Amino acid sequence: MALNVGCAGAPGRARDNKTGSWRVFKPVFDNEKCNKCGTCMLICPEVSIDEDAEGYPKVNYDYCKGCGLCAEECPKDAISMIQEEK
Amino acid sequence: MLQITEGSHAVAEAVRLCRPQVVSAYPITPQTHIVERLAEMVADGDLDGEYICVESEFSALSSCLGASAAGSRVYSATTSQGLAFMAEVVFNVAGMRQPIIMTIANRAMGAPLNIWNDQQDSLFLRDSGWMQFYAEDAQEATDLHFIAYKVAEKHDILLPAFVCFDGFILSHTFEPVDIPTQEEIDAYLPAFNPLQRLDAKKPMSFGMYATPDYYQEFRYEINAAMVRAKKAIREAGGEFAEKFGRDYSGLVEGYRLEDADTAIVAMGSVCGTIKDAVDEMRDAGEKVGLLKIRCFRPFPADEVKEALRGVSNVAVLEKNINIGSRMLGAVGLEVKDAVYKSGTPVYSYVGGLGGRDIRKKDIKMITEWAKQGRNDCFFGLREELLE
Amino acid sequence: MSENTCEFFDSGHRACGGCGPALAAKLITRAAGEDTIIVASTGCMEVFSTPYPETAWKTPWIHSLFQNAAAVASGVEASIKRQGRSEKVVVIAGDGATFDIGILCISGMFERGHDVTYICYDNEAYMNTGIQRSGATPFDASTTTTPAGKLSTGNQRPKKDIPAILVAHGSPYVATTSVATPKDLMDKVKRAINTPGPCYIQVHAPCCTGWGFDGCKTMEMGKMALNSGLWVNYEIVDGELAKARKVKRVPVDDYLKAQKRFRHLFKPEPNSDEIAKIQAIADKNAEKYGIDIKPVK
Repeated sequence: MALNVGCAGAPGRARDNKTGSWRVFKPVFDNEKCNKCGTCMLICPEVSIDEDAEGYPKVNYDYCKGCGLCAEECPKDAISMIQEEK
Repeated sequence: MLQITEGSHAVAEAVRLCRPQVVSAYPITPQTHIVERLAEMVADGDLDGEYICVESEFSALSSCLGASAAGSRVYSATTSQGLAFMAEVVFNVAGMRQPIIMTIANRAMGAPLNIWNDQQDSLFLRDSGWMQFYAEDAQEATDLHFIAYKVAEKHDILLPAFVCFDGFILSHTFEPVDIPTQEEIDAYLPAFNPLQRLDAKKPMSFGMYATPDYYQEFRYEINAAMVRAKKAIREAGGEFAEKFGRDYSGLVEGYRLEDADTAIVAMGSVCGTIKDAVDEMRDAGEKVGLLKIRCFRPFPADEVKEALRGVSNVAVLEKNINIGSRMLGAVGLEVKDAVYKSGTPVYSYVGGLGGRDIRKKDIKMITEWAKQGRNDCFFGLREELLE
Repeated sequence: MSENTCEFFDSGHRACGGCGPALAAKLITRAAGEDTIIVASTGCMEVFSTPYPETAWKTPWIHSLFQNAAAVASGVEASIKRQGRSEKVVVIAGDGATFDIGILCISGMFERGHDVTYICYDNEAYMNTGIQRSGATPFDASTTTTPAGKLSTGNQRPKKDIPAILVAHGSPYVATTSVATPKDLMDKVKRAINTPGPCYIQVHAPCCTGWGFDGCKTMEMGKMALNSGLWVNYEIVDGELAKARKVKRVPVDDYLKAQKRFRHLFKPEPNSDEIAKIQAIADKNAEKYGIDIKPVK
């Protein structure tokens, strides 16, 4: 792969870097408790929580670092942080 | 059209003809007459561009970088302390491969503070990745701007350039200068066509950082472009000669070097004085010639070697000092390297610092010194001050 | 269309888990939209988001140096104006780049009146180089260059009031906000980019690594700062305080106790003199911006 002139890069290539491997704790969602408020999607610094077809949060574990911010802020306590099994 | 004009105004006129869309500069003596004239042109509608009145040289070149990355042809001018203040951006512009042209009205570096001419300022940035052109007179300073833009913007080059001309000696004196017409320059210099630019329709990230896995290759690429620039400069200079009749196809220019025993090597306005001294020495039967270096970066080592083939000794007149180096001047180091295998002795003679006049008798003296094999030294020193 | 496809700051960046600045980047770009050119300073965000060739940015983005983002943005704005283009120019720079080393360029950009929104993500120290004090570091915070010690209680100067400096430049819109108030942040970004002229937004962006708290508490830390009065979300429009977020203020102790950078104020026992000085800063903020919700009689 040739270098791009002047160290310029194509957009969004960071997706090549799968930060999910950093994770120690994994967020698990309980849709029974979820009210689809969207807080977790709004505040995830990894941009790794999306909406599924029914409007529930869906985590992209390729990038989730397991920081637990979503679980901490969930107003319905619908997210638990579970230790990853390596 | 031939007109009698101040060197700075001739440069401003050349810049106008290049149609920069953004000009950003901070006033500093002796560059001011260029940027004042450009500001007048913008105020009168004669230059269709933005003039950014920045608060520092650091911001001048930084804003040029942003404007260039966004897709505009840009211009700036500075000297000495101003150039030093923007030094961090100087390296950055080259690394980001933005083809910015900047006039340097060469001036000494403080301390002590001194507003007069030498070439220490641009030379201290020789490794920054900018091409460096040095003009002998106002005409050459004018023409080199057209050539610099043309070479810099080529997609296989994309390097910025200094067009250097000696402060006061060229910037504030009047000479007859042939200023091309807009039509002529438009036919020579096409509109800026950036390889890539900041654009929401095709987003890219500019100025990312490079880890040890990548950094060295980016530096390699800058140097490779600089090497390619030699040919591009010859071609652009040759095309200029065809269109305008003034030949800049060489990166160096010889004067009466045929059968010369001693060659004087120099850059900039002092070459005019040297030519007069050479004529007088030739009239007296001495085999002396001048090699003018018009382009210091890329350094034309092959052309220098060829031009100096057969001379017995070389006196490099340096308007800079390489403090702490065994070889006193920055130009001499390069020349010595170029002729190294021939064994021809090369001496650096440093003078004219901070605006000290260089007279014909100084030039005759260093010619004599070279013949005698006198080591690198200063000339024109006031010995009475050095008790 | 799924949510993520409209993000302009994307996954795969190398920020710490729970990073306040990363969240700020996501919210700012989401609010600014695709027709935006981002100009960055050197700093944590630049480094964690753009190791070549893996950029997290999906709108045009440029970084040159630590201290010149405002000047680069000035040039970008002049260039696109000359070309008749419509993109908005937004600077995103850290507090060191803004409060300290870049202030010359910022002053120039605001004085010249470029149509640029300058956003400072304020994590209150030089985090990229290892948590050294900046002009944004709060009073008594321990950093690696203002360490608390036998003779010191940490940084001995109050936070520099950059918003006031930019108000003094005649900026039409100056605002502060926090990653802990995401909707407020996004609203302010939208307002700023739609306000002609140079606008300034300062985003409180808690840094778990630099301040010493768990990454899951980033939002909580921002909210505690707001509730203590040590951080105030306000808007200054055309030089006049237009709005400030009101709170039921609580003593500063809990906010301080939650962070390692203030731990020295509580160990071995609470340093009530120093805590009182910090409380006085919060009280002064509350009075200046009128943030206290008055008890209903």
